Amino acid sequence: MIVAARIFVVGGVTSFRALFYWLTPWIYVPTMLIAPIFQILLFAYIGRSAHLRSDEFYLIGNALQYASIPCLFAMAQMVGGERYQNTLSAILVSPAPRIPLFFGRSLPVVLNGAFVAAFSLLVGALILGVHLPASSLAPLGLVVLIAAFSCTGLGLVNAAASLRIRENAVLSNVIFGFLLIFTGANVPLDALPGWMSTAAQGMPFTHAIRAARQLAAGIGLGDVAGLLGAELLVGAIYGLAGYGLLRWFEILSRRNASLERS
Amino acid sequence: MSSLRFVAVSWTLQFKMIMRSPFDGIGNVLYPLFFATVAFLVFRAGDSPRTLIYASLGAAVMGMWSSVSTSAGSAMQRERWWGTLELLVAAPRHFSLVLLPATLGLATVGIYNLAATLLWGHFVFGVPLTIEHPLLFVLAVVGTVLAFGGLGLLFAVSFVRFRAAWVLGNFFEYPVWLICGFLVPLALLPGWVRPISWALAPTWGMSAIRESALGGSPLPDLIACLGLGLGYIALAVLVTERVLRDARTRGSLSLT
Repeated sequence: MIVAARIFVVGGVTSFRALFYWLTPWIYVPTMLIAPIFQILLFAYIGRSAHLRSDEFYLIGNALQYASIPCLFAMAQMVGGERYQNTLSAILVSPAPRIPLFFGRSLPVVLNGAFVAAFSLLVGALILGVHLPASSLAPLGLVVLIAAFSCTGLGLVNAAASLRIRENAVLSNVIFGFLLIFTGANVPLDALPGWMSTAAQGMPFTHAIRAARQLAAGIGLGDVAGLLGAELLVGAIYGLAGYGLLRWFEILSRRNASLERS
Repeated sequence: MSSLRFVAVSWTLQFKMIMRSPFDGIGNVLYPLFFATVAFLVFRAGDSPRTLIYASLGAAVMGMWSSVSTSAGSAMQRERWWGTLELLVAAPRHFSLVLLPATLGLATVGIYNLAATLLWGHFVFGVPLTIEHPLLFVLAVVGTVLAFGGLGLLFAVSFVRFRAAWVLGNFFEYPVWLICGFLVPLALLPGWVRPISWALAPTWGMSAIRESALGGSPLPDLIACLGLGLGYIALAVLVTERVLRDARTRGSLSLT
Protein backbone atom coordinates (compact mmCIF):
# COMPACT_ATOMS: atom_id res chain seq x y z
CA MET A 1 0.00 0.00 0.00
CA ILE A 2 2.81 2.40 0.96
CA VAL A 3 4.74 1.40 -2.14
CA ALA A 4 1.70 2.12 -4.29
CA ALA A 5 1.22 5.49 -2.59
CA ARG A 6 4.90 6.37 -3.19
CA ILE A 7 4.63 5.42 -6.84
CA PHE A 8 1.44 7.46 -7.11
CA VAL A 9 2.80 10.61 -5.47
CA VAL A 10 6.57 10.55 -6.03
CA GLY A 11 6.36 8.98 -9.48
CA GLY A 12 3.68 11.40 -10.56
CA VAL A 13 5.49 14.48 -9.32
CA THR A 14 8.83 13.32 -10.74
CA SER A 15 7.25 12.62 -14.10
CA PHE A 16 5.60 16.04 -14.15
CA ARG A 17 8.85 17.75 -13.19
CA ALA A 18 10.54 15.87 -16.01
CA LEU A 19 7.92 17.38 -18.28
CA PHE A 20 9.12 20.77 -17.11
CA TYR A 21 12.63 19.77 -18.08
CA TRP A 22 11.57 20.87 -21.53
CA LEU A 23 8.43 22.73 -20.51
CA THR A 24 10.38 25.75 -19.26
CA PRO A 25 8.75 29.12 -18.48
CA TRP A 26 9.68 30.11 -22.04
CA ILE A 27 7.28 27.44 -23.20
CA TYR A 28 4.82 27.41 -20.33
CA VAL A 29 3.92 31.10 -20.30
CA PRO A 30 3.18 31.57 -24.03
CA THR A 31 1.52 28.18 -24.42
CA MET A 32 -0.45 27.85 -21.21
CA LEU A 33 -1.10 31.39 -20.06
CA ILE A 34 -1.12 33.68 -23.10
CA ALA A 35 -2.43 31.47 -25.92
CA PRO A 36 -5.74 30.71 -24.14
CA ILE A 37 -6.35 34.43 -23.70
CA PHE A 38 -5.96 34.93 -27.45
CA GLN A 39 -8.24 31.97 -28.12
CA ILE A 40 -10.87 33.56 -25.89
CA LEU A 41 -10.45 36.94 -27.59
CA LEU A 42 -10.55 35.38 -31.07
CA PHE A 43 -13.84 33.63 -30.48
CA ALA A 44 -15.36 36.49 -28.50
CA TYR A 45 -14.70 38.78 -31.48
CA ILE A 46 -15.89 36.16 -33.97
CA GLY A 47 -19.06 35.96 -31.87
CA ARG A 48 -19.43 39.73 -32.04
CA SER A 49 -18.82 39.63 -35.80
CA ALA A 50 -21.37 36.85 -36.30
CA HIS A 51 -23.87 38.37 -33.84
CA LEU A 52 -24.30 35.07 -32.07
CA ARG A 53 -23.67 35.10 -28.32
CA SER A 54 -22.22 37.32 -25.59
CA ASP A 55 -18.56 37.61 -24.61
CA GLU A 56 -19.36 35.65 -21.45
CA PHE A 57 -20.45 32.68 -23.54
CA TYR A 58 -17.10 32.51 -25.37
CA LEU A 59 -15.06 33.37 -22.30
CA ILE A 60 -16.38 30.42 -20.32
CA GLY A 61 -16.44 28.01 -23.23
CA ASN A 62 -12.88 28.66 -24.35
CA ALA A 63 -11.32 29.05 -20.91
CA LEU A 64 -12.55 25.59 -19.95
CA GLN A 65 -11.94 23.99 -23.33
CA TYR A 66 -8.33 25.23 -23.37
CA ALA A 67 -7.61 22.95 -20.41
CA SER A 68 -7.52 20.24 -23.06
CA ILE A 69 -4.10 21.48 -24.23
CA PRO A 70 -2.27 20.73 -20.96
CA CYS A 71 -4.37 17.64 -20.27
CA LEU A 72 -4.06 16.01 -23.68
CA PHE A 73 -0.48 16.96 -24.49
CA ALA A 74 0.94 16.22 -21.03
CA MET A 75 -0.70 12.81 -20.96
CA ALA A 76 0.54 11.97 -24.45
CA GLN A 77 3.97 13.16 -23.39
CA MET A 78 3.78 10.74 -20.45
CA VAL A 79 4.48 8.04 -23.03
CA GLY A 80 6.11 10.01 -25.85
CA GLY A 81 8.50 11.85 -23.52
CA GLU A 82 9.59 8.65 -21.79
CA ARG A 83 10.17 7.05 -25.17
CA TYR A 84 12.21 10.05 -26.33
CA GLN A 85 14.34 9.84 -23.17
CA ASN A 86 14.73 6.08 -23.63
CA THR A 87 13.16 5.44 -20.23
CA LEU A 88 9.84 3.95 -21.36
CA SER A 89 11.04 0.36 -21.41
CA ALA A 90 12.69 0.80 -17.98
CA ILE A 91 9.39 1.96 -16.56
CA LEU A 92 7.29 -0.73 -18.16
CA VAL A 93 9.68 -3.53 -17.27
CA SER A 94 9.49 -2.55 -13.61
CA PRO A 95 7.18 -4.50 -11.30
CA ALA A 96 5.46 -1.26 -10.20
CA PRO A 97 1.70 -1.67 -9.98
CA ARG A 98 0.20 0.04 -12.98
CA ILE A 99 -2.73 1.82 -11.34
CA PRO A 100 -0.60 4.14 -9.17
CA LEU A 101 1.99 4.34 -11.94
CA PHE A 102 -0.40 5.71 -14.55
CA PHE A 103 -2.90 7.53 -12.35
CA GLY A 104 -0.12 9.11 -10.29
CA ARG A 105 1.11 10.72 -13.49
CA SER A 106 -2.39 12.04 -14.12
CA LEU A 107 -2.86 13.97 -10.87
CA PRO A 108 -0.40 16.84 -11.55
CA VAL A 109 -1.88 17.08 -15.05
CA VAL A 110 -5.39 17.55 -13.61
CA LEU A 111 -4.14 20.27 -11.26
CA ASN A 112 -2.23 22.04 -14.02
CA GLY A 113 -5.20 21.86 -16.40
CA ALA A 114 -7.46 23.35 -13.75
CA PHE A 115 -4.95 26.12 -13.09
CA VAL A 116 -4.69 26.99 -16.79
CA ALA A 117 -8.49 27.10 -17.16
CA ALA A 118 -8.98 29.16 -13.99
CA PHE A 119 -6.24 31.62 -14.98
CA SER A 120 -7.72 32.00 -18.48
CA LEU A 121 -11.18 32.51 -17.06
CA LEU A 122 -10.15 35.23 -14.65
CA VAL A 123 -7.77 37.11 -16.96
CA GLY A 124 -10.16 36.76 -19.90
CA ALA A 125 -12.97 38.17 -17.75
CA LEU A 126 -10.82 41.15 -16.80
CA ILE A 127 -9.85 41.88 -20.41
CA LEU A 128 -13.34 41.49 -21.84
CA GLY A 129 -15.00 43.20 -18.89
CA VAL A 130 -17.19 40.20 -18.13
CA HIS A 131 -18.60 40.27 -14.63
CA LEU A 132 -18.51 36.97 -12.79
CA PRO A 133 -20.51 37.09 -9.53
CA ALA A 134 -18.25 36.72 -6.48
CA SER A 135 -20.50 33.93 -5.23
CA SER A 136 -19.81 31.94 -8.41
CA LEU A 137 -16.01 31.97 -8.16
CA ALA A 138 -15.60 29.06 -5.71
CA PRO A 139 -18.12 26.86 -7.57
CA LEU A 140 -16.41 27.79 -10.85
CA GLY A 141 -13.13 26.62 -9.31
CA LEU A 142 -14.75 23.27 -8.62
CA VAL A 143 -16.08 23.12 -12.18
CA VAL A 144 -12.67 23.75 -13.77
CA LEU A 145 -11.19 21.03 -11.56
CA ILE A 146 -13.84 18.56 -12.65
CA ALA A 147 -13.43 19.59 -16.30
CA ALA A 148 -9.66 19.06 -16.07
CA PHE A 149 -10.25 15.66 -14.44
CA SER A 150 -12.62 14.69 -17.21
CA CYS A 151 -10.24 15.72 -19.98
CA THR A 152 -7.31 14.01 -18.28
CA GLY A 153 -9.39 10.84 -18.50
CA LEU A 154 -9.47 11.35 -22.25
CA GLY A 155 -5.77 12.18 -22.00
CA LEU A 156 -5.15 8.67 -20.66
CA VAL A 157 -6.74 7.29 -23.83
CA ASN A 158 -4.47 9.61 -25.78
CA ALA A 159 -1.46 8.38 -23.80
CA ALA A 160 -2.43 4.79 -24.59
CA ALA A 161 -2.66 5.64 -28.29
CA SER A 162 0.85 7.08 -28.02
CA LEU A 163 2.07 3.57 -27.30
CA ARG A 164 0.94 2.60 -30.79
CA ILE A 165 1.48 5.74 -32.86
CA ARG A 166 4.43 8.04 -33.28
CA GLU A 167 2.70 11.34 -33.97
CA ASN A 168 1.01 12.00 -30.67
CA ALA A 169 1.20 15.79 -31.21
CA VAL A 170 -0.94 15.49 -34.34
CA LEU A 171 -3.41 13.22 -32.54
CA SER A 172 -3.60 15.62 -29.57
CA ASN A 173 -4.31 18.51 -31.93
CA VAL A 174 -7.04 16.52 -33.66
CA ILE A 175 -8.73 15.68 -30.35
CA PHE A 176 -8.43 19.33 -29.34
CA GLY A 177 -10.17 20.27 -32.59
CA PHE A 178 -13.05 17.90 -32.01
CA LEU A 179 -13.51 19.27 -28.49
CA LEU A 180 -13.50 22.81 -29.90
CA ILE A 181 -16.36 21.97 -32.25
CA PHE A 182 -18.50 19.54 -30.30
CA THR A 183 -18.51 20.67 -26.67
CA GLY A 184 -20.53 23.84 -27.07
CA ALA A 185 -17.51 25.99 -26.26
CA ASN A 186 -18.23 28.23 -29.24
CA VAL A 187 -21.33 26.92 -30.94
CA PRO A 188 -24.47 26.49 -28.81
CA LEU A 189 -25.38 22.79 -28.66
CA ASP A 190 -28.84 23.54 -30.03
CA ALA A 191 -27.23 25.11 -33.10
CA LEU A 192 -25.26 21.95 -33.84
CA PRO A 193 -26.68 19.15 -35.96
CA GLY A 194 -28.50 16.60 -33.79
CA TRP A 195 -25.87 13.87 -34.07
CA MET A 196 -23.17 16.31 -33.01
CA SER A 197 -24.97 17.53 -29.92
CA THR A 198 -25.73 13.89 -29.03
CA ALA A 199 -22.07 12.92 -29.44
CA ALA A 200 -21.11 15.93 -27.33
CA GLN A 201 -22.86 14.41 -24.33
CA GLY A 202 -20.10 11.80 -24.17
CA MET A 203 -17.22 14.26 -24.42
CA PRO A 204 -15.28 16.07 -21.71
CA PHE A 205 -16.19 19.73 -21.12
CA THR A 206 -19.73 19.61 -22.54
CA HIS A 207 -21.42 19.35 -19.14
CA ALA A 208 -18.79 21.41 -17.32
CA ILE A 209 -19.11 24.31 -19.76
CA ARG A 210 -22.89 24.25 -19.40
CA ALA A 211 -22.60 24.14 -15.61
CA ALA A 212 -20.08 27.00 -15.59
CA ARG A 213 -22.35 29.17 -17.74
CA GLN A 214 -25.25 28.53 -15.39
CA LEU A 215 -23.11 29.34 -12.35
CA ALA A 216 -21.96 32.58 -13.96
CA ALA A 217 -25.61 33.41 -14.57
CA GLY A 218 -26.22 33.20 -10.82
CA ILE A 219 -27.60 29.68 -10.45
CA GLY A 220 -26.48 27.82 -7.32
CA LEU A 221 -24.05 24.92 -7.19
CA GLY A 222 -26.77 22.49 -6.14
CA ASP A 223 -28.71 23.19 -9.32
CA VAL A 224 -25.81 22.10 -11.51
CA ALA A 225 -24.95 19.01 -9.49
CA GLY A 226 -26.42 16.78 -12.19
CA LEU A 227 -24.21 18.34 -14.86
CA LEU A 228 -21.12 18.01 -12.68
CA GLY A 229 -22.00 14.38 -11.95
CA ALA A 230 -22.30 13.72 -15.69
CA GLU A 231 -18.93 15.38 -16.31
CA LEU A 232 -17.31 13.27 -13.59
CA LEU A 233 -18.88 10.14 -15.06
CA VAL A 234 -17.58 10.97 -18.55
CA GLY A 235 -14.09 11.53 -17.13
CA ALA A 236 -14.18 8.32 -15.12
CA ILE A 237 -15.27 6.28 -18.15
CA TYR A 238 -12.48 7.72 -20.28
CA GLY A 239 -10.00 7.20 -17.45
CA LEU A 240 -10.91 3.54 -17.08
CA ALA A 241 -10.91 3.04 -20.84
CA GLY A 242 -7.53 4.74 -21.03
CA TYR A 243 -6.12 2.54 -18.31
CA GLY A 244 -7.47 -0.57 -20.02
CA LEU A 245 -5.98 0.53 -23.34
CA LEU A 246 -2.64 1.33 -21.73
CA ARG A 247 -2.48 -2.18 -20.27
CA TRP A 248 -3.55 -3.78 -23.53
CA PHE A 249 -1.13 -1.79 -25.68
CA GLU A 250 1.64 -2.45 -23.18
CA ILE A 251 1.10 -6.17 -23.69
CA LEU A 252 0.95 -5.73 -27.47
CA SER A 253 4.12 -3.65 -27.41
CA ARG A 254 5.96 -6.40 -25.56
CA ARG A 255 4.61 -9.02 -27.94
CA ASN A 256 5.52 -7.03 -31.06
CA ALA A 257 8.69 -5.46 -29.64
CA SER A 258 7.35 -2.06 -30.67
CA LEU A 259 7.86 -0.18 -27.42
CA GLU A 260 10.81 1.88 -28.61
CA ARG A 261 9.40 2.52 -32.05
CA SER A 262 10.31 6.12 -32.78
CA MET B 1 19.69 33.59 -62.24
CA SER B 2 21.60 30.95 -60.32
CA SER B 3 20.04 32.27 -57.12
CA LEU B 4 16.58 31.79 -58.58
CA ARG B 5 17.48 28.25 -59.63
CA PHE B 6 18.87 27.62 -56.16
CA VAL B 7 15.65 28.85 -54.55
CA ALA B 8 13.51 26.80 -56.95
CA VAL B 9 15.44 23.56 -56.38
CA SER B 10 15.58 24.07 -52.61
CA TRP B 11 11.88 24.95 -52.53
CA THR B 12 11.06 21.69 -54.34
CA LEU B 13 13.11 19.65 -51.89
CA GLN B 14 11.69 21.45 -48.86
CA PHE B 15 8.15 21.07 -50.15
CA LYS B 16 8.62 17.33 -50.61
CA MET B 17 9.99 17.01 -47.09
CA ILE B 18 7.15 19.05 -45.61
CA MET B 19 4.51 16.97 -47.39
CA ARG B 20 5.99 13.83 -45.89
CA SER B 21 6.01 15.24 -42.38
CA PRO B 22 2.92 14.13 -40.47
CA PHE B 23 2.93 17.33 -38.41
CA ASP B 24 3.48 19.85 -41.22
CA GLY B 25 1.87 17.95 -44.06
CA ILE B 26 -1.16 16.48 -42.31
CA GLY B 27 -1.49 18.11 -38.90
CA ASN B 28 -1.09 21.65 -40.12
CA VAL B 29 -3.72 21.05 -42.77
CA LEU B 30 -6.22 19.30 -40.50
CA TYR B 31 -5.87 21.64 -37.54
CA PRO B 32 -7.17 24.82 -39.23
CA LEU B 33 -10.11 22.85 -40.62
CA PHE B 34 -11.42 22.50 -37.07
CA PHE B 35 -11.31 26.26 -36.62
CA ALA B 36 -12.88 26.72 -40.04
CA THR B 37 -15.70 24.38 -39.03
CA VAL B 38 -16.33 26.36 -35.85
CA ALA B 39 -16.33 29.57 -37.90
CA PHE B 40 -18.84 28.11 -40.37
CA LEU B 41 -21.09 26.92 -37.56
CA VAL B 42 -20.88 30.23 -35.68
CA PHE B 43 -21.63 32.33 -38.76
CA ARG B 44 -24.41 29.98 -39.82
CA ALA B 45 -26.04 30.18 -36.38
CA GLY B 46 -25.60 33.94 -36.05
CA ASP B 47 -27.60 36.66 -37.72
CA SER B 48 -24.70 38.67 -39.07
CA PRO B 49 -24.97 40.23 -42.51
CA ARG B 50 -21.56 38.73 -43.23
CA THR B 51 -22.01 35.67 -45.34
CA LEU B 52 -20.60 32.20 -45.13
CA ILE B 53 -18.38 33.08 -48.11
CA TYR B 54 -16.82 35.77 -45.94
CA ALA B 55 -16.16 33.16 -43.25
CA SER B 56 -14.99 30.61 -45.81
CA LEU B 57 -12.33 32.90 -47.27
CA GLY B 58 -11.23 34.05 -43.84
CA ALA B 59 -10.95 30.51 -42.53
CA ALA B 60 -9.03 29.49 -45.65
CA VAL B 61 -6.40 32.19 -45.11
CA MET B 62 -6.28 31.24 -41.42
CA GLY B 63 -5.14 27.84 -42.60
CA MET B 64 -2.50 29.39 -44.83
CA TRP B 65 -1.13 31.36 -41.91
CA SER B 66 -1.15 28.33 -39.60
CA SER B 67 1.11 26.37 -41.88
CA VAL B 68 3.65 29.19 -41.80
CA SER B 69 3.50 30.45 -38.24
CA THR B 70 3.66 27.10 -36.49
CA SER B 71 6.61 25.71 -38.35
CA ALA B 72 8.58 28.65 -39.74
CA GLY B 73 9.57 29.77 -36.26
CA SER B 74 11.36 26.49 -35.78
CA ALA B 75 12.82 26.17 -39.29
CA MET B 76 16.32 26.89 -38.03
CA GLN B 77 15.71 24.84 -34.92
CA ARG B 78 14.99 21.83 -37.13
CA GLU B 79 18.30 22.27 -38.93
CA ARG B 80 19.95 22.48 -35.53
CA TRP B 81 18.36 19.20 -34.43
CA TRP B 82 19.38 17.53 -37.66
CA GLY B 83 22.95 18.76 -37.20
CA THR B 84 22.91 20.60 -40.52
CA LEU B 85 22.77 24.19 -39.27
CA GLU B 86 26.54 24.70 -39.15
CA LEU B 87 26.92 23.25 -42.63
CA LEU B 88 24.25 25.54 -44.03
CA VAL B 89 25.73 28.59 -42.34
CA ALA B 90 29.17 27.69 -43.69
CA ALA B 91 27.82 27.26 -47.24
CA PRO B 92 28.86 29.94 -49.77
CA ARG B 93 25.27 31.08 -50.30
CA HIS B 94 23.84 33.74 -48.02
CA PHE B 95 22.11 31.93 -45.19
CA SER B 96 18.82 33.79 -45.62
CA LEU B 97 18.72 32.53 -49.21
CA VAL B 98 19.19 29.01 -47.87
CA LEU B 99 16.36 29.43 -45.40
CA LEU B 100 13.88 31.23 -47.66
CA PRO B 101 12.88 28.09 -49.62
CA ALA B 102 11.99 26.36 -46.35
CA THR B 103 9.56 29.07 -45.31
CA LEU B 104 8.29 29.42 -48.88
CA GLY B 105 7.65 25.69 -48.85
CA LEU B 106 5.61 26.04 -45.66
CA ALA B 107 3.68 28.91 -47.18
CA THR B 108 3.02 26.79 -50.27
CA VAL B 109 1.41 24.15 -48.10
CA GLY B 110 -0.90 27.02 -47.23
CA ILE B 111 -2.34 26.81 -50.77
CA TYR B 112 -3.34 23.25 -49.98
CA ASN B 113 -4.88 24.58 -46.75
CA LEU B 114 -6.75 27.23 -48.67
CA ALA B 115 -8.13 24.76 -51.20
CA ALA B 116 -9.01 22.22 -48.51
CA THR B 117 -10.92 24.81 -46.47
CA LEU B 118 -12.81 26.19 -49.46
CA LEU B 119 -13.78 22.68 -50.57
CA TRP B 120 -14.72 21.73 -46.99
CA GLY B 121 -16.96 24.78 -46.79
CA HIS B 122 -18.48 24.02 -50.17
CA PHE B 123 -19.23 20.33 -49.72
CA VAL B 124 -20.11 20.29 -46.01
CA PHE B 125 -21.69 23.69 -45.50
CA GLY B 126 -22.86 24.49 -49.02
CA VAL B 127 -20.77 27.64 -49.33
CA PRO B 128 -20.73 28.63 -53.02
CA LEU B 129 -17.33 28.57 -54.68
CA THR B 130 -17.85 31.66 -56.77
CA ILE B 131 -14.76 33.69 -57.62
CA GLU B 132 -15.53 37.01 -59.30
CA HIS B 133 -12.03 37.66 -60.65
CA PRO B 134 -10.30 34.27 -61.02
CA LEU B 135 -7.02 35.62 -62.41
CA LEU B 136 -6.72 38.27 -59.72
CA PHE B 137 -7.66 35.65 -57.15
CA VAL B 138 -4.75 33.44 -58.25
CA LEU B 139 -2.43 36.45 -58.19
CA ALA B 140 -3.68 37.40 -54.73
CA VAL B 141 -3.09 33.87 -53.44
CA VAL B 142 0.42 33.68 -54.92
CA GLY B 143 1.26 37.15 -53.61
CA THR B 144 -0.01 36.20 -50.16
CA VAL B 145 2.04 33.00 -50.18
CA LEU B 146 5.18 34.96 -51.07
CA ALA B 147 4.51 37.52 -48.35
CA PHE B 148 3.80 34.76 -45.81
CA GLY B 149 7.07 33.12 -46.85
CA GLY B 150 8.88 36.41 -46.22
CA LEU B 151 7.28 36.85 -42.81
CA GLY B 152 8.07 33.23 -42.00
CA LEU B 153 11.71 33.88 -42.92
CA LEU B 154 11.79 36.84 -40.56
CA PHE B 155 10.37 34.63 -37.80
CA ALA B 156 12.87 31.87 -38.52
CA VAL B 157 15.94 34.08 -38.31
CA SER B 158 14.66 36.19 -35.42
CA PHE B 159 14.03 33.20 -33.19
CA VAL B 160 17.34 31.48 -33.81
CA ARG B 161 18.70 32.33 -30.37
CA PHE B 162 15.73 30.71 -28.65
CA ARG B 163 15.70 27.02 -27.94
CA ALA B 164 11.91 27.23 -27.71
CA ALA B 165 11.57 28.83 -31.15
CA TRP B 166 8.64 26.60 -32.07
CA VAL B 167 6.63 28.10 -29.20
CA LEU B 168 7.11 31.61 -30.52
CA GLY B 169 5.89 30.44 -33.92
CA ASN B 170 2.82 28.89 -32.30
CA PHE B 171 2.36 31.99 -30.23
CA PHE B 172 1.76 34.18 -33.27
CA GLU B 173 -0.97 31.96 -34.71
CA TYR B 174 -3.96 33.29 -32.72
CA PRO B 175 -2.97 36.99 -32.65
CA VAL B 176 -2.60 37.15 -36.43
CA TRP B 177 -5.87 35.28 -36.89
CA LEU B 178 -7.48 37.86 -34.65
CA ILE B 179 -6.01 41.17 -35.77
CA CYS B 180 -5.58 40.65 -39.52
CA GLY B 181 -9.25 40.64 -40.36
CA PHE B 182 -9.60 36.97 -41.27
CA LEU B 183 -12.93 36.50 -39.50
CA VAL B 184 -13.25 39.71 -37.53
CA PRO B 185 -13.51 43.02 -39.41
CA LEU B 186 -10.80 45.44 -38.36
CA ALA B 187 -13.50 47.97 -37.53
CA LEU B 188 -14.58 45.78 -34.60
CA LEU B 189 -11.12 45.83 -33.03
CA PRO B 190 -9.87 48.60 -30.73
CA GLY B 191 -8.37 51.57 -32.59
CA TRP B 192 -4.84 50.98 -31.28
CA VAL B 193 -4.77 47.54 -32.88
CA ARG B 194 -5.27 48.78 -36.42
CA PRO B 195 -1.75 50.21 -37.03
CA ILE B 196 -0.37 46.81 -35.97
CA SER B 197 -2.72 45.12 -38.42
CA TRP B 198 -1.61 47.42 -41.23
CA ALA B 199 2.03 46.48 -40.63
CA LEU B 200 1.22 42.81 -41.15
CA ALA B 201 1.12 41.42 -44.69
CA PRO B 202 -1.61 38.87 -43.82
CA THR B 203 -4.04 41.79 -43.38
CA TRP B 204 -3.47 42.95 -46.96
CA GLY B 205 -3.25 39.43 -48.35
CA MET B 206 -6.60 38.58 -46.77
CA SER B 207 -8.11 41.75 -48.14
CA ALA B 208 -6.73 41.08 -51.65
CA ILE B 209 -8.07 37.53 -51.67
CA ARG B 210 -11.47 38.64 -50.41
CA GLU B 211 -11.72 41.54 -52.87
CA SER B 212 -10.80 39.34 -55.82
CA ALA B 213 -13.25 36.62 -54.78
CA LEU B 214 -16.18 38.86 -53.92
CA GLY B 215 -15.70 41.40 -56.69
CA GLY B 216 -13.69 44.42 -55.69
CA SER B 217 -10.34 45.96 -56.50
CA PRO B 218 -7.65 43.76 -54.99
CA LEU B 219 -4.59 45.32 -56.65
CA PRO B 220 -3.81 48.00 -54.04
CA ASP B 221 -4.07 45.41 -51.27
CA LEU B 222 -1.95 42.97 -53.25
CA ILE B 223 0.75 45.59 -53.84
CA ALA B 224 0.77 46.45 -50.13
CA CYS B 225 1.01 42.74 -49.28
CA LEU B 226 3.93 42.14 -51.67
CA GLY B 227 5.65 45.34 -50.55
CA LEU B 228 5.50 44.27 -46.93
CA GLY B 229 6.66 40.77 -47.90
CA LEU B 230 9.75 42.24 -49.60
CA GLY B 231 10.29 44.44 -46.57
CA TYR B 232 10.23 41.37 -44.30
CA ILE B 233 12.79 39.63 -46.51
CA ALA B 234 15.09 42.68 -46.45
CA LEU B 235 14.74 42.88 -42.67
CA ALA B 236 15.36 39.15 -42.37
CA VAL B 237 18.61 39.49 -44.33
CA LEU B 238 19.79 42.21 -41.93
CA VAL B 239 18.74 40.17 -38.89
CA THR B 240 20.51 37.11 -40.32
CA GLU B 241 23.78 39.04 -40.67
CA ARG B 242 23.52 40.26 -37.10
CA VAL B 243 22.48 36.94 -35.61
CA LEU B 244 25.14 34.93 -37.41
CA ARG B 245 27.88 37.42 -36.54
CA ASP B 246 26.84 37.21 -32.93
CA ALA B 247 26.60 33.42 -32.99
CA ARG B 248 30.08 33.12 -34.54
CA THR B 249 31.56 35.51 -31.98
CA ARG B 250 30.05 33.63 -29.06
CA GLY B 251 30.29 30.17 -30.59
CA SER B 252 26.62 29.73 -29.79
CA LEU B 253 25.19 28.56 -33.10
CA SER B 254 24.40 25.07 -31.91
CA LEU B 255 23.04 26.29 -28.54
CA THR B 256 24.36 23.12 -26.88
